[in-house]
Amino acid sequence: MPPPIEFQVRRRTLLAGSAAAAVSAGFTGKAGAQSGATPAGSETTTVSLTVNGEAREVTVDNRTTLLDALREHLQLTGTKKGCDHGQCGACTCSVNGNRVNSCLSLAVMHDGDEIETIEGIGTPEAMDPMQTAFVENDGFQCGYCTPGQIQSARSVIEEIRAGIPSHVTGDLTAEIAITDEEIRERMSGNICRCGAYSNILAAITQVAEESA
Amino acid sequence: MQFNEPAGTNLFDSATIVGKDHTRIDGPLKVTGAAPYAYERHDVVEGQLYGYPVGATIGHGTITAMDTEAAKAAPGVRAVVTTLDIDPLELGMNNVARLFGGSEVMHYHQAIAVVVADSFEQARAAANLITVSYEEGEAVDYSLDAAFERMEGTGEPDTQYGDMEAAFSDGAVTIDQMYHTPGESHQMMEPFASIVDWSDGGDLTGWISNQMINWTHGSLATTLGINKERVRIESPYVGGGFGGKLWLRADTVLAALGSRAAGAPVKLALPRPMMMNNATHRSATVQRIRLAANPDGSLRGISHENVSYCLPGGRGENATAQTPLFYASEAMHVKNHLAEMPLPETADMRAPGEAAGLMALEIAMDEMAEALEMDPVAFRLANDTQVTPSNPDMPFSERHFAECLEQGAEAFGWDSSRPAPGSRREGDWLIGQGVAGAFRGALALPSGARAAIENGKLVIETDMTDIGTGSYTILAQTAAETMSLTMDDVEMRLGNSAYPVSSGSGGQFGAVSSSTGVYAACMALREKIAQQLGLEEATFADGQVGSGNERQSFLELDVEAVDSIQWGDFMGEFQKATFGAHFVEVGVNVYTGETRVRRMLAVCDAGRIINPVTARSQVIGGMVMGVGAALSEDMALDTGRGMFANHDLASYEVAVHADIPEQEVIFLDTLDDVASPLKAKGVGELGLCGVAAAVANAVYNATGIRLREYPLTLDLMLDQLPEV
Ligand code: FES
Ligand code: FES
Repeated sequence: MPPPIEFQVRRRTLLAGSAAAAVSAGFTGKAGAQSGATPAGSETTTVSLTVNGEAREVTVDNRTTLLDALREHLQLTGTKKGCDHGQCGACTCSVNGNRVNSCLSLAVMHDGDEIETIEGIGTPEAMDPMQTAFVENDGFQCGYCTPGQIQSARSVIEEIRAGIPSHVTGDLTAEIAITDEEIRERMSGNICRCGAYSNILAAITQVAEESA
Repeated sequence: MQFNEPAGTNLFDSATIVGKDHTRIDGPLKVTGAAPYAYERHDVVEGQLYGYPVGATIGHGTITAMDTEAAKAAPGVRAVVTTLDIDPLELGMNNVARLFGGSEVMHYHQAIAVVVADSFEQARAAANLITVSYEEGEAVDYSLDAAFERMEGTGEPDTQYGDMEAAFSDGAVTIDQMYHTPGESHQMMEPFASIVDWSDGGDLTGWISNQMINWTHGSLATTLGINKERVRIESPYVGGGFGGKLWLRADTVLAALGSRAAGAPVKLALPRPMMMNNATHRSATVQRIRLAANPDGSLRGISHENVSYCLPGGRGENATAQTPLFYASEAMHVKNHLAEMPLPETADMRAPGEAAGLMALEIAMDEMAEALEMDPVAFRLANDTQVTPSNPDMPFSERHFAECLEQGAEAFGWDSSRPAPGSRREGDWLIGQGVAGAFRGALALPSGARAAIENGKLVIETDMTDIGTGSYTILAQTAAETMSLTMDDVEMRLGNSAYPVSSGSGGQFGAVSSSTGVYAACMALREKIAQQLGLEEATFADGQVGSGNERQSFLELDVEAVDSIQWGDFMGEFQKATFGAHFVEVGVNVYTGETRVRRMLAVCDAGRIINPVTARSQVIGGMVMGVGAALSEDMALDTGRGMFANHDLASYEVAVHADIPEQEVIFLDTLDDVASPLKAKGVGELGLCGVAAAVANAVYNATGIRLREYPLTLDLMLDQLPEV
């Protein structure tokens, strides 16, 4: 099964986005040189988002990441900031059904988008199956990487079922099996310094099997 | 409560909750994003502003000028405080480098300014506008090898007994090698973060991320020069620490100074790229180990010298920590050296000492087994001891190292015939097995708690923290067990300086100390309840109290008790420690030298395991950190600038999902009645101890290439791989 067209497009968008981010990062040390420049337009933007099914409007500094819009403006602090540089996965949340590192995306790029955060997935009283599986399998310790792991875990099962290949997929034309190797590979953008990896794998496998 | 004699039979021997699996009671909060970490406390105080730090960009020297004009004029900025604005702050407990104040730069990324603004983006942008002039310190020789050469053989040995010269002569089988371990960074997932309200410069409240509430409470008061009574800190959820959050750090100090300057509460997190050089880390080590053995495998001599670096007055990494206690030997010489260097501060990281020490010693043991043509498991068994090697009058309270090795070998399918290195191949992969011993001391500290019946619940308050270790759950288990209640009857409140002082979380002492503190408070509560009800000889069972057949519930009472555990002198007659054995199987790619860990097993002898679920997680987490230490973690020193160059999570490589294979943990059901009333010790650091050496030994078994330098990267192996 070929990967869905929509996915290919998004990959390209993402690549272009990260290249731009890398270039601008090279200049941050010289911010002083820009201090005299007048901004070309307004420094803030009002963005309409649907967050966990609810319409929300936020006025943010144009430099505000989606992550900080969620954590600081909407006070949805379940999505974590581990590095702010796309290196750890703690900020993983879902945008229009795809997982993203929300620290690598500016809030102003998301006008009209549907965002789902960990708070939208379940509550302590009514947990989603993946959240329950993480508790049952002790798939965390300090809990700081956990919302990101859970967001990625849910997406990984969907991505495999949608036929999106990974680095370890052997046969690109066959149906992709949900194996330990596939899960580990696809989860590798989510660091857990507490080292709960094998318990996280058990939790994901449990949910995949239950929902098969 | 005094612990003045071995525990004897007590209620934990017939426990129904302690020692049993229990999922984390804080789990539902953590998996739903509802557990609030330090930076996330929007609810605690109105009008929070954002702080952003500036770090020094020289390794050491003096700041001659700072220009903050542009920063102060930048949009949204409320305050700028530079290190030149204030006198050097007092050092807090175990702080070696000054956290702020004055013109001296002791290390790279030392905090030198804080900018406070209405938004995070504004604070960050303004921080970038500050320009700094320095006078750089003299060039420094950062070579730890050179320091070792200079210092070897100098100073009084830390341990010295027997005739070393004789041990290494007359037909002894000997090995003599140098070992290198790199600097390692905690890199806990939650950055150092604080919200501090010191708006009026009077009472201070801090919502911080910290392992040791009492120490940090005192340090914050000392550093800011205010009375401890005026300071309160909270740290109910901590996103990992690993020793990095034992002490007061710059985030809290900067937030406090920023708050006072701006007259409003300030939140500040250290940016990830600043964590490695601003905060503490595990020093690199250079170690020389010499072993001498009789042909039957019994050790005649052990010599272990180590050097690590630290700032003047610092502690470095004592990689010899385990050596005087681990293996029997006729003679021994142990010496730890410290080389002063102007580098970021070195301090405790998970299993400080043993983690780096066993990375070397357990390779040396493997090398000696090979020189003796012995199975490395059998060689270790031959040198087990039940007493302190340097002092046979001091026995171990409990030591089941031999069982760890034997049960582990059995469960792992250890091949004691030891096929020749490089002889097992599957496809492109050379397969090898390695073993290493694990040792870590079992410290206990005084620890207190308050136990109360409030609104039909048993409430436990203690300043103990849960840094992922499972404190919430194991303390609730201890309380429920002691009061004969259920887990649902218990409400835990942790991590607040308003609560009784506990041991805090560190050094593998947290579980044993704080569980005993809670036990003490609950026993005191039982007495209060009996008094209030006028009962003599009261017994507690099934949630009821009474004597004889008269029984009643006690959850309607209004009663409280505070107590703490004090550890008796009798414990000093024993050596207390935890033991383990790690078994690892690796594949090494025959073309590229890439190492992949295929499976791992740990067997742990750590006293009663209070909760096998959370304890197992501690151990597998240690094993994961051990894989990182073996294969990828390496703080890369820029010797020109005296800083660590790979200071983020993209370039300091910790283990990820794809690196971690099947892991198994076996807990020996050992009870140590000298260790605590629960007969428990600790396990959080044991899981890391020895893992990296087991990987290195497995790589040797797979390839015949003996690496004595971590991480075990493929460039070290490429020119030595067997012909294909
Ligand atoms: S916070 Fe976004 S990847 Fe780390
Ligand atoms: S649970 Fe602590 S980092 Fe994953």
